[in-house]
Amino acid sequence: MAVPVDNYLRNQFMPHMWCPGCGHGIVLGAVLRAIGRLDLPKDEVCIVSGIGCASRAPGYLDFNTVHTTHGRALAFATGIKLARPDLHVIVLTGDGDASAIGGNHLIHAARRNMGITTVMFNNSIYGMTNGQYSPMTPKGRYASTAPYGNVERNFDMCELVKAAGGNYVARATTAHARQLSNYVEHAIQTQGFAFVEAVTQCPTYFGRRNKMGTPVDMIEWFRKNSVNAAAAAKLGPEELDGKIVVGEFYRGDAPEYTQVYEEVIKRAKEAAAR
Amino acid sequence: MSIRVGKTGNEAVAEAMRQINPDVVAAYPITPQTEIVQIFSSFVANGKVDTEFVTVESEHSAMSATVGAASAGARSMTATSANGLAFMWEIVYIAAGMRLPIVMPVVNRALSGPLNIHCDHSDTMGARDSGWIQLFSENAQEAYDNAVQAPRIAENPDVKLPVMVTMDGFIISHAMEVMEILEDEKVREFIGKYVPENPLLDVDNPVTLGPVDLQDWNFEHKRQQAEAMRNAKPVILDVASEYAKLTGRKYGLFEEYKLDDADIAIVVLGSTAGTAKVAVNALRAKGVRAGMLKMRVFRPFPAEEIADALKHVKAVAVMDRSDSFNAVGGPVFVDVRSALYDVDNGPKIVNYIYGIGGRDVTPDHVKTVYADLAKIAETGQVENPLTYLGIRE
Repeated sequence: MAVPVDNYLRNQFMPHMWCPGCGHGIVLGAVLRAIGRLDLPKDEVCIVSGIGCASRAPGYLDFNTVHTTHGRALAFATGIKLARPDLHVIVLTGDGDASAIGGNHLIHAARRNMGITTVMFNNSIYGMTNGQYSPMTPKGRYASTAPYGNVERNFDMCELVKAAGGNYVARATTAHARQLSNYVEHAIQTQGFAFVEAVTQCPTYFGRRNKMGTPVDMIEWFRKNSVNAAAAAKLGPEELDGKIVVGEFYRGDAPEYTQVYEEVIKRAKEAAAR
Repeated sequence: MSIRVGKTGNEAVAEAMRQINPDVVAAYPITPQTEIVQIFSSFVANGKVDTEFVTVESEHSAMSATVGAASAGARSMTATSANGLAFMWEIVYIAAGMRLPIVMPVVNRALSGPLNIHCDHSDTMGARDSGWIQLFSENAQEAYDNAVQAPRIAENPDVKLPVMVTMDGFIISHAMEVMEILEDEKVREFIGKYVPENPLLDVDNPVTLGPVDLQDWNFEHKRQQAEAMRNAKPVILDVASEYAKLTGRKYGLFEEYKLDDADIAIVVLGSTAGTAKVAVNALRAKGVRAGMLKMRVFRPFPAEEIADALKHVKAVAVMDRSDSFNAVGGPVFVDVRSALYDVDNGPKIVNYIYGIGGRDVTPDHVKTVYADLAKIAETGQVENPLTYLGIRE
């Protein structure tokens, strides 16, 4: 069933600033449809972002929204969640924002198991500043700061968040819009830290420099090069080289931070009353 | 022979960095600085420089890596803007306190919030007490010239302080102009080989840099740092004089434009000086004795020289492209007015805050300032000590 999302947009701020063919609209649509299916009241949702192309998303959304500084979305979101544990706090962030300048906040939000849903728009590049390589640019790929190919390895952010202690970890691409939306829905329903990596195309900087063709070609490339988690489990590292593993990788039930903290407050009050 | 080229401010500064050929550059992209580092990275990739280029994960790391490299004895550079400079803050002070001769182009942009990517001086003005030398530029030519002179100033044994070379975001950084650059050999000869004092990589003579420094000697080290900033003034002039012999382009602590016989004058920094010259020329054509003082060196602050240059003027307007939110006026105004305190029968002095967040300033805006000054000069009365120029509310 189609879920209307117009009600969630601040249409007065259109047109948006994303390039033609950018995948961020597909990711944003997936997030909004997830919120729509869960029928979350707008006032009970708080969307937080940092700096970068992905982080412009909250400006277009009609929820409680906070556009913060580069890399600090999760730090702000942690404060919001502690002050208002009843809110659905959703962080929309990019790969530069979440894995580079804000990487430390990501691992600690996961370690604390803060009840925050994080959707990382991974376009493998710093798009806002014209295409420098990020920690998510695959080895060998080209960027404005790597004209002869990137020599660094990229993170597997899903493995990182799982290892750091998150309760939900999943990945999909813009070729898997429905699946992506379902993962975001599951992430929002998770008690504790939930992380969805949304692999998205940047035709302007990543695609052009890496000769990946049109935006449609890039989405097609995602589809052809994706392997689902069950199939990937049977493949060796060489067979998985250059592939995008998609699926739900982990569901945990570790206690969520603000709930644990409520217990501390309760105990402290009881001690004070004695 | 200099080479005439068309370059944007960012291209010009990247070119200066290529010619300086620093041992280490560590940087992180931020609008409007990005191009400097992006162009420089292509020089690295194409083997045009010998630089170790580190694409760090944040500005805090960029300045940290630059400090580490400089401590090791490397000629080290980085570049940034606005929030990037703010995020470096902790290490910006450490670079100066450790007396490391780092050179950093800063492309001026409004500091958040609200978020804005366009030009004002709030970023570098915030760092005015960080212990860095600050050189402001009117155009791409000056940004290039300041960048080439900066290592010589920074590395002078009497100075040993980091230098910020600023230019106005977009207005200079992204606008192309005809300018002159030097041949590579001339730049390399001019800046010379860097011989660091007590580098960490001199393993035969081990030293410790940046350890805890408490009540015993911290005070002395800070006083010595202040002395170094005083020493910088004659060094900046010496380097400028040598540079003038090489290029024919003369630089001082500031530029006096038709100031000698001026009755009214403005003090300004950055690209607006070019706009103001247009206004001065128009007023001079009508017989108005208007002049201008364009600051190049904001730190060290040339207080005595400014007082001397402005003492005969009847009314002065200081134009600040940032607010200090001290409920008095902008940072340049406060320093200039303080410099004029000991001048007997000195000029009346007023403040204009303008161009915040990239708000355009035109010759007509500057002419209104001169019109206000003419009235003050005539009546001796100041009605508005502080004006927000071109405000829409």
